[in-house]
Formats: sequence, C-alpha cells, structure tokens
Amino acid sequence: MEFRPILSALMRNKVSMVLIGLQVALTLAIVCNALFIISERLDRMHRPSGMNETDTFVFNSTGFGQGYDVRSVQQADLQLLRSLPGVVDATSVISVPMSQSGWSTSVNLQPNQATATADTALYMVDSHGLSTYGLKLVEGRNFTPAEIGFRTVNDRAAPPSVILTRALADRLFPQGGALGKQVYYDNGSTPTTIIGIVERMQTPWLDSDYIENSSLMPAYLPYGNTTPYLVRAEPGRRDEVMKEVEQRMIQANPSRVIGRMRSIEQVRAVSYAGDRAMAIILGAVIFALLAITALGIVGMASFWVAQRTRQIGTRRALGATRFDILRYFHTENFIITTLGLLLGGVLAYALSLWLMQQYQAPRLPWYYVPVGFVCLWALGQLAVLGPALRASRVPPALATRSV
Amino acid sequence: MFAYYLQLGLRSLKRNPILTALMVVGIALGIAASMTTLTVMHLMGSDPIPWKSDKLHYVQLDNWSPDQPYNDDGSPPDQVTYRDAVALMAAARADRQVAMFKLALPIQPTNPELKPFRALVRVAGADFFPMFEPPFQYGSGWDRRQDGEHARVVVLGKAINEKLFGGQDSVGKTVRMDGVDYTVTGVLDDWHLRAKYYDLTGGAFTDPDELYMPFTTGIDLKQRASGNNSCWSAPASGWEAYLDSDCVWIQMWAELDSPARLAEFKAFLDSYVNEQKKLGRFPRPLNNRLLDVNEWMADQRVVSRDVQVQTGLGFAFLLVCLVNTIGLLLAKFTRKAGEIGLRRALGASRREVFTQFLVESGVIGISGGVLGLALTALGLLAVRALYSEYQTVAALDWMMVAATIVLSIVAALLAGLYPTWRACRVQPAAQLKI
Repeated sequence: MEFRPILSALMRNKVSMVLIGLQVALTLAIVCNALFIISERLDRMHRPSGMNETDTFVFNSTGFGQGYDVRSVQQADLQLLRSLPGVVDATSVISVPMSQSGWSTSVNLQPNQATATADTALYMVDSHGLSTYGLKLVEGRNFTPAEIGFRTVNDRAAPPSVILTRALADRLFPQGGALGKQVYYDNGSTPTTIIGIVERMQTPWLDSDYIENSSLMPAYLPYGNTTPYLVRAEPGRRDEVMKEVEQRMIQANPSRVIGRMRSIEQVRAVSYAGDRAMAIILGAVIFALLAITALGIVGMASFWVAQRTRQIGTRRALGATRFDILRYFHTENFIITTLGLLLGGVLAYALSLWLMQQYQAPRLPWYYVPVGFVCLWALGQLAVLGPALRASRVPPALATRSV
Repeated sequence: MFAYYLQLGLRSLKRNPILTALMVVGIALGIAASMTTLTVMHLMGSDPIPWKSDKLHYVQLDNWSPDQPYNDDGSPPDQVTYRDAVALMAAARADRQVAMFKLALPIQPTNPELKPFRALVRVAGADFFPMFEPPFQYGSGWDRRQDGEHARVVVLGKAINEKLFGGQDSVGKTVRMDGVDYTVTGVLDDWHLRAKYYDLTGGAFTDPDELYMPFTTGIDLKQRASGNNSCWSAPASGWEAYLDSDCVWIQMWAELDSPARLAEFKAFLDSYVNEQKKLGRFPRPLNNRLLDVNEWMADQRVVSRDVQVQTGLGFAFLLVCLVNTIGLLLAKFTRKAGEIGLRRALGASRREVFTQFLVESGVIGISGGVLGLALTALGLLAVRALYSEYQTVAALDWMMVAATIVLSIVAALLAGLYPTWRACRVQPAAQLKI
C-alpha cells in the first residue's frame, strides 16, 4: 500500500538510488566471493596431516671435515636422543608432512610399467618411525630393526617392505586386500611387499594432487653428511626437550652444525602462512566493505531525512503515526537494497565465473548469494534505523512553520 | 580566486564534520586497500634488471619421458640435466652462459668465538657475475680460466663477509667449508634482489644465496644440490651414474645480445637436441624454450595468484568507496542548492560555481590521499607481518607514494565531477523563491 508513494519519491532521486544500489550490488558480489575464498582456505588449513603435531620437532645435523662418518654418528645420535628424559621416541627422517620439500616417486603394480599407477611421497624411517610420527597403524605390522637398510642418495634400491597410507593402498588396490601384495617403485623391477597400512599421512607438499599418498620405507638415508631427525617429546614437554636436545647434540659431536629446531606446529604455521594471510586480508576487505556500505546508507538516509523534514511534518500533521514514518524509510531502504541485491547476485556469479576462468577457482556454491541477500538486507535495515528514528521524531507542528 | 574557493571549501567541509570525515575515510580506505595490494604486486613483478632483461634467456630443453610431459600444460622441465649443461657450456655458443645450482655447506670459521654454521652456496660459472651484475664491494668474481682449473675460490655475500671478517676487505683470505679451504676473490656489496630471479625453482622469495663458488669446483664435492631434483627414470647407483642420468637439477641461462644472436642460439639448441635424439635421448618432440627474464618470471608466477586476486579486490573496494563518495557529495551539494542559487543570482558564472565545488572535492581527495598513504604504510606493515617472505616487496617506494597521491586526487575529482555538474545546473530563480 505504501509502495507507490515511496517509488515515486525515489524516482525523483534516481541518481542517489542508483548509487546506493550499485554500492550494495558490488558489496554483495565481492563479499560472497571473498567469503567463499576464505572458507576454502580454512578448509585447506584444517586438513589433518596424520601425524602428532603438538609434541614433535625436527632438526638437521650436518657433519663436516674428513673422517666424519655419518652412519656411526647417526646411530649414536639416535641412541642418545631416545635415552634423553622427556623424549618418547626419535627417528631419522628425510622429510615431514607440510614441510614442502621431500621425495616423491611413482608406484606401480607391474615391473617396468610405462605409465605410473600412482604417485607417492617417500618417507625413510627405522622401526621407531611409526611411534615418532605418531601414525596410526590400521593393518599389518611395523618394521623390525633387522629390516632397516643403509642407503645413500645415490643408491638405487627398492626396499623389500613398505608401509602405505590407507589412501594409497586403496588407490593401488581399489578392491581392497592391499596388505601382503607386491608393488614396484621407481619404474623398477624389484618387488616391494606391503607389510602395513597407516590410517593417514600427508605428503610434504600442500598443493600436491596426491596429498594422501605416502609410503614409509625402512632405511637410514642421510643426505650427504646431513641427517634430519624427528623427535617426539612427552605431552607438554616439547619446548624444554628441544633446548636439551640442541645442547646435547652439540656436546656429543663438535664437528657438525646443528640446524634450527623446528616444531611441527611451526612447520604447519609457516607452510600455511599464505593461506592464513589471504583469509585475514580478505576478511579485512569484507569488514571494511560492509562498514563503508553501511555508513554510506546512514549518510544518504540522514540526508534524505533532513531534506524531507517538512514533508514528514506534514504527513505527521495529516495523521501518520511515528511508526508509519519509520516504516516509510525502512521500506524505502528495502526497495533500494533489493534492486541492488538483484544486480549484485548476477555480479557475484559473473565474478565467480571470471575467477574460475582466470585462476581455476572452484565455482561459487549457490547458497552464498541468498545468504548474502539476507545479511545485506539486515545491514541495510540496521543502517537506516538511526536516520529513520530521527525522522519519526519530527514533530507535526513543523509542517506549520515556514523554512 | 583559487585561495578563496579553497577557503569556501574548507568552511563547507567544516560545517558537516561527520559527513566530511566519512568521505575522507572512505577515500582513504579505498586508496589504502588498492595501493597496498598494488605496491606488493608491482614490486614483486617489477623487472629486476631492466637494462638487459631482454638479453638474458632461461634455457629449457625437453628431455622428459615419452609417456608423459613434465608439466600438464606440455611445457618443458624448469631445469636441465648435468650432461646437457656441461655440453652447452663447452659449446659456448651464447655471448655468455652460466649453469648453476645451490648447495648448503657447513662453514667452519677460524674465529673460535663463532660456531660452525650452514650457508647457502650458489655454485655457478664465472659468467654469473657479468650476467647478473651483482655489485662488488671488494675484489671481483673468478674468471673462466679458474672455472676450467676447478679453482677453490669463493665470492662472499656482504652479510657473510660481515660475519666472518667483520666487513673487512677479505680478498685473498681463506674460508673453510666442509674441511676444504677456499680463497676469497671478491666480496659483494648489498645486492637488493626483490625476487631471486636467476633461480626461481624453489620459489622467488626464498633465502638469499650467501656465497658463490665455481661450477666445476662444486661438482667435485659430489654433493646433491639442495634445490629441486626431478627424474623421469631412476638413475643407476653412484654419483657418476647420477651425473649421466636424465635427472634435471641445474638452472641454465644464456646472454644473447641481439635478436639475431637469439635466433642463432635457438637454432643451435634445436640441432643439439636433434643430435642427442640420434643417441636415443630426448624422446619427446622438439620443445626448447628460451624465455627472457620477464617472461620467465611470468611463467613461474612470481606474482602469485593470491596477490593478483588481492589487487583486484583492492581496486573493486576502491570503486565501492568512490561510489559511496559520489553519493555523499551529491547529497551534500544538492542541499546547497539555495546557496548556489544565491551566488548565481549575485553574478557568479556556472564556471565559477563549478570550480568552487571541484576545489572542495579536491580538498577531500588530498586529505583522503594523505590519510590513505598513512594507511597504506600500515597495510604494508601488515603484509610484512602476514607474509614473512615478502619483506622486500611490501615497502613503499617514491613512485608508489606519488601514484597514491595522484590516484586519490583523481579519484576524488572523478567522484566530485557529477555532483559538481549537477550543482552548477541549479537555476537561480527556482532557488530564490520562497
């Protein structure tokens, strides 16, 4: 019943209406897409690595000079690390999940197969690997100390046994029953037997398209004279153990460099810093955008209220209640916002389409736009409340006064 | 007259302090968002060596598996094999050429107060220095003869010379690494590289190289590079077999001083690969690439997608802020219709009214710009805090400061144009009637 007069009043302020509508439209389009990017990043950041992250840390030991025997040092180090108070377990590694650097190869069902059945990350551990990483063995068994071989980076040797992640086992043997089967690494012809399956262990690379495919191999594999160690401390004692380990390692053998101790939590934070930054930056943009749009509506509504003070007085004098006046401004805002939102909905999908083409982004889920509608309607109504209340307080007597 | 309009504008702005603040803050926020993101994008992607970036070409050969390409898009590997690097270096068909990789080596300082530490060593040919032109503080690089002699020489970066020799001229002194002594031939000065463009394989904003040694000397160490290594067929056991394998782990650049030389070199590469095909290597179709510095940086996405999306959003946000300012200015100027009518009736021309209101918009623009600049500095501070590796690209430079001010004034004038035009169309007669 009130639409007609409001519309004809709006038509006299076409440009202002278009400006507010445009602002609402752009806001909707940007906010929907930005929120979607944020939610994607949060999902990505919350993927589980499969390992114990809170109690573990890694560091490198790099020996130097002639006469440095990396093998014997490695054995002595492991013995020392495992004997320290507060240490649950320790193992030599070549990489850890989320560290963005490591080894990968192909794994096949047939010897010398031309195209790979699956890609996998490689982790080299000894019999303490599962407990140090904190992996959950769901089938089969752990490595025995006798199975662990010594390798150098230049050795080509497929180990006799391997432990896979559930995802990789399912990929290789979709019908199940992977345990006990033989596979071939590196396009090779030497078979490797699957002796165990762990629930989950991510590859070191956050962007790999086979992030759940990992293989654990029984080997001591120093990189030249460098050995990375993974240590797992008792719950709550990680930082204290870290300091102790650093000192003891340097004391144990002075002809080497002990690299910085990095907790796995730090490794995660560093690797996901870009995603976190993107989420924060987009969040700030959304906040600023909503604030600017809301303030814009407040400013424009205040101006209209001031401009129409006399008309409001007249309406009040002619019997309109304060609620009528309030409703007038709210309805007016609703009309403008709705027009803007309709345009904004189209813009939101267009922007999403553009992002899909330019950056291979996934499609914006349909429900973002309707949810955005509701939020911006609420924002508009809230923003106009102040000016509308002021309008409703215009006394009817104002109509009788001249300017 | 301008001073008078300025005075009028300021007075008018003071009359509505909240509305004015809203407009200034709106412009400032829009400017800050767009300039912060633009600065990062601009500095990330800026040409690191503008005077010769079109002469330096990254060498890519496609020695990959017959069964699958190296990249899904069919582009060749981003590094070359040892045997190809050595063959191309020996052929020396480019004006300058360099093959390189990086090693992490333990350094044993002679000063007993310094603990041994690990440093990043760029292992490269003598041409590295004249090609990429790092500034020298003392001495110089080694020469090609020393490359041939597998000389045990190093060039130190400024920071490590500071650490080992207190910043003194250390040319001729020795540095012990992994039990071997190397003689210092030169010390670099500050080398401000935003992106480590000569080796993008591990990311463009990684830790800088700390010292440099000859390629031949580095190979003698028989140590695997600490950068990326990819093999499509596993090499046989042993170091020699690794060197002989189809594993790619070496970055190679060629300096070609003219388009003619580039074409010549391209033809040479093609004939080299065709020769190798006869030996049973290079099973894939001919796919050599010689991108120049800027093409290579674009190919390797030095400016990340995130940064591009952020910049796009920054400017979309600025657009919203402008629309907002247009609306508010329009509202404001419309309310002044009476005042404008009076001035027009008293003899002010449309042009004068136009100028007066445009000056008022300009004042908002300048204030928004100044505030926006301060916010941009804050924004860059936030970017540095959020991205630890962007320390070198999230900094204001004078060009960006100037661009910020210009952008904000242009933005405010643009925003003020329509409202001003509307204001000066006020009919004096219509406004003077009561």
